[in-house]
Amino acid sequence: MSVIIILLITSISIAGLFLFAFLWGVKSGQFEDDYSPPARILFDDKPTTKTKTI
Amino acid sequence: MQVEKFYYDNKIVKAFGFATVIFGIVGMLAGLWVAIQFYAPQSSLNFAPTTFGRLRPLHTNAIIFAFVGNASFAGIYYSLQRLCKARLFSDKLSWIHFWGWQAIIAAAAVTLLLGFTTGKEYAELEWPIDIAITLVWVVFGINMLGTILKRREKHLYVAIWFYIATWITVAMLHIVNSIEIPVSFMKSYSWYAGVQDALVQWWYGHNAVAFFLTTPVLGLMYYFLPKAANRPVYSYRLSIIHFWSLIFIYIWAGPHHLLYTSLPDWAQSLGVVFSIMLIAPSWGGMLNGLFTLRGAWDKVREDPILKFMVVAITCYGMATFEGPLMSLKSVNAISHFSDWTIGHVHIGGLGWNGFMAFAILYYMVPKMWGTDIYSKKLATNHFWLGTIGIILYAVPLYWAGFTQSLMWKSFTEEGQLKFQFLETVTNIIPMYITRSVGGALYLAGALVMVYNLVKTMAKGKFVANEAAEAQPLVREVAHKKEYWHRVVERKPLTLLVLSLVVVAIGGLLEIIPTFLVKENIPTIASVKPYTPLELQGRDLYIKEGCYTCHSQMIRPFRDEVARYGEYSKAGEFVYDHPFQWGSKRTGPDLARIGGKYPDSWHYNHMYEPSSMSPGSIMPRYAWMLDNLIDTSSTAAKIRAMQKMGVPYPEGYDKIANRDLMKQADAIAANLKKEKIETLSNTEIVAVIAYLQRVGTDIKAEPKPVAENK
Repeated sequence: MSVIIILLITSISIAGLFLFAFLWGVKSGQFEDDYSPPARILFDDKPTTKTKTI
Repeated sequence: MQVEKFYYDNKIVKAFGFATVIFGIVGMLAGLWVAIQFYAPQSSLNFAPTTFGRLRPLHTNAIIFAFVGNASFAGIYYSLQRLCKARLFSDKLSWIHFWGWQAIIAAAAVTLLLGFTTGKEYAELEWPIDIAITLVWVVFGINMLGTILKRREKHLYVAIWFYIATWITVAMLHIVNSIEIPVSFMKSYSWYAGVQDALVQWWYGHNAVAFFLTTPVLGLMYYFLPKAANRPVYSYRLSIIHFWSLIFIYIWAGPHHLLYTSLPDWAQSLGVVFSIMLIAPSWGGMLNGLFTLRGAWDKVREDPILKFMVVAITCYGMATFEGPLMSLKSVNAISHFSDWTIGHVHIGGLGWNGFMAFAILYYMVPKMWGTDIYSKKLATNHFWLGTIGIILYAVPLYWAGFTQSLMWKSFTEEGQLKFQFLETVTNIIPMYITRSVGGALYLAGALVMVYNLVKTMAKGKFVANEAAEAQPLVREVAHKKEYWHRVVERKPLTLLVLSLVVVAIGGLLEIIPTFLVKENIPTIASVKPYTPLELQGRDLYIKEGCYTCHSQMIRPFRDEVARYGEYSKAGEFVYDHPFQWGSKRTGPDLARIGGKYPDSWHYNHMYEPSSMSPGSIMPRYAWMLDNLIDTSSTAAKIRAMQKMGVPYPEGYDKIANRDLMKQADAIAANLKKEKIETLSNTEIVAVIAYLQRVGTDIKAEPKPVAENK
C-alpha cells in the first residue's frame, strides 16, 4: 500500500497549488466583487468606433 | 486611455468544433455497435478488431478524449478569448494543439483496434501515445496560461478557474497513472502491481471523470448558460464556493470504485466519506445553473439551446447524487459489477457531457457564422430524440442491473445458488435490446444536428477573425513593501508551472521504482510469479480486452464465495502488472478459474463459446487457434518484470523460452488425449496456461489462516 504515499504527495501538492491560487485570488481581490463579473460577460466587446484608429 | 483593437481567433474554435462532431458520431457508432453485440454476438464478425474487448475501449476513448475533449477545447478557446478580452496566446500553439490532439486520436483508434493496450480502463493507450498526450497537454497549458497572462480584464471569471484546475490536475493524473516500463515499441507493463495498481488506476479513473468530464464542462456551463439565457449567473459567490470546494474534495473519492475488494478497508472508507461530501459542491453547481434561469423559464420553452442545458444540468445533478449513493457500501454491494454502473455513467455521458456539447455547438456556430440557427424546430427535435434516447438507455440498464445483481445473490431454500451465471445474463437481454434502441435514437438526434449545423453554416458567412476592442489592463504598481508572493507573481506563471511539472515527473520517477519494488515482497508464500507461457497468455488476455467483461475479484459475499470460490486476497496480486480486477461482469468472475475446467473445455469454449455454454453471448476467438505466440518477446518481458522486482532467477530471460515450450508441449499433449490436435505454440495454448493458473496459487499449501467462524 506504499503507493498511497505517492498518491498523497501528488494529491496534496495539487491541493497546495490550489491553495496558493486561492490565497492569491483572495489577496488580489479576485473575489471581492461578485456583482459586476457575472454581468460583464453578457456584454460583447464589438468595436464601437467605426474609424480605423487605434 | 486608448482603446485597443484586436481579433478573436474563430478558426481554431471551428476546427475543434468539426472534430467534436466527427469523433462524436464515430464514438457513438462504436457505442451502438458494442451495445448490439450484447444480444447479437455474431456482430463481432469473428474478426479480432471488432470484438467487444477491443471496440469497447475504442468507444470509451473516442467519447471521452475525442468527443468531450474536442468539445471542451472548442468551448474553452471560444470563451477564454472573450473572457480575457484577448486573442489566444499563440496561433502556432493553437494549431499544434489541434493537430497533435487529432493525431493522438487517430493513433488511439488504430492501436486499440489492433490490440495494443495497457489493460487499464480509460488509460488503455500505450506508452508512445501517453508521451504524446503529455506533450500536447503542455502545449495546451502554455497556450491557455499565456492567454490568461495577456488578458485585458483583471478579473478571472469563474469559468477560467475551472479551466486552470482541469489542466493542472489532468496533467498530474495522467503522468502518475501512466508510469509504465516499456517492453517494446507498443507494449509496456504498468509499474504498479495488484492492489497498488488498482488504487492508482481508480484514483486516476475517478478523477478523469472529475477533471476531464466535469470541471471543464462546468466552466463551459458558467460561460455559455448565462450567455444563452442572457442573464448573469444566479449567484457568483456560490460559483466561487462551488469551484473551490469541488476541486479540494474530488481528488480523494477514487477508492469508492474498489469497495469490498482486496484494497485495505480504511482506504475504502476514506473514499466513501469524500464521495458523500461531494454531493454538496456538485449540487451547489447544479442549483446555481438551474437558478440562473429563474424568471426566464419562458425562454426555455422557445430556445432549444436552453432546453439542452437544462437537461444537461439536471443529469449532472442526478449523476452526482447517484454517485455518492452508489459509494455507500450497502448499495455498492448490489450495484458494483452490474449494468447499473453503465446506466449511471451514461446519465453523465449522454446527458451532461453530450447535451452540453450539443448546446455549445448550437450556440457557437450561428455566432461565428454571423447568422441564426437554420432550424429551431430541427434542434428541438434533436433535443427530444436525445432526451427519449437517454431515458430508453438508462432506465432499462437500472432495471437490468438490479435484476441481475439480485439473481446473483439468490439462494434456494436448500442453500444452493438459485441461478447459473448464464441465466442471469439471458434474463436481461430484452433490457440490452431496449438500451441499444435508446442509443440509436440519441445517435439519430446527433445526425439531425449535423444536418442543421451544416445548413446553418451554408446560410451564414464564417468570420475567421472577429474584431473586438477593449482597454488594456493597467499594471498596478506596488506602493508598500513587496510581499514575497508579489515577486513570484511577476515571474512568468508558465515557467513556474512548467518547472513544477518537470520536478514532479523527475521526483516521481526517482521515488517510485525503489519504493515500490521493496513493497512487492510476497505476502503469501505460495504465490509465485507467472511462468513465461502464462505471462504470454496473460498479455493475450489483456490484448483481447477480456477485462471489459470479466472481473478477477471475488468479494467476500456468501453468493460470490459459493459461485466462484475463496474470496480474493491482496497478496495474490503482487505479480499482476497491470491488475485485471475489471469493473463489470458481463461474464462470470475469473479469479478462481484455474483448474475449474479441463484444457479441452477452454479450447472448445474459445473456439465457439456457445458449444460449451449454450446461449452464451461471448464472442468467438477462433483466430487464437491459428495465431502463433511471439516467443521473441519473452526475454524482454521477463527482464521488464525483473526490473519491477518480480523474483525470476538471474539470467532467466535467456532460458525462459525453453520453459515456455516445455509447458506448451505438455498442454498440447494434454489436449491430444482429448482428441484435439494443435500446435503447441499457438495463442490458445498460452491463454489456456494462463487461465488454468489464475487463482490457484493459494490452494497450493494448506491455508495458514483459520476459516471464518
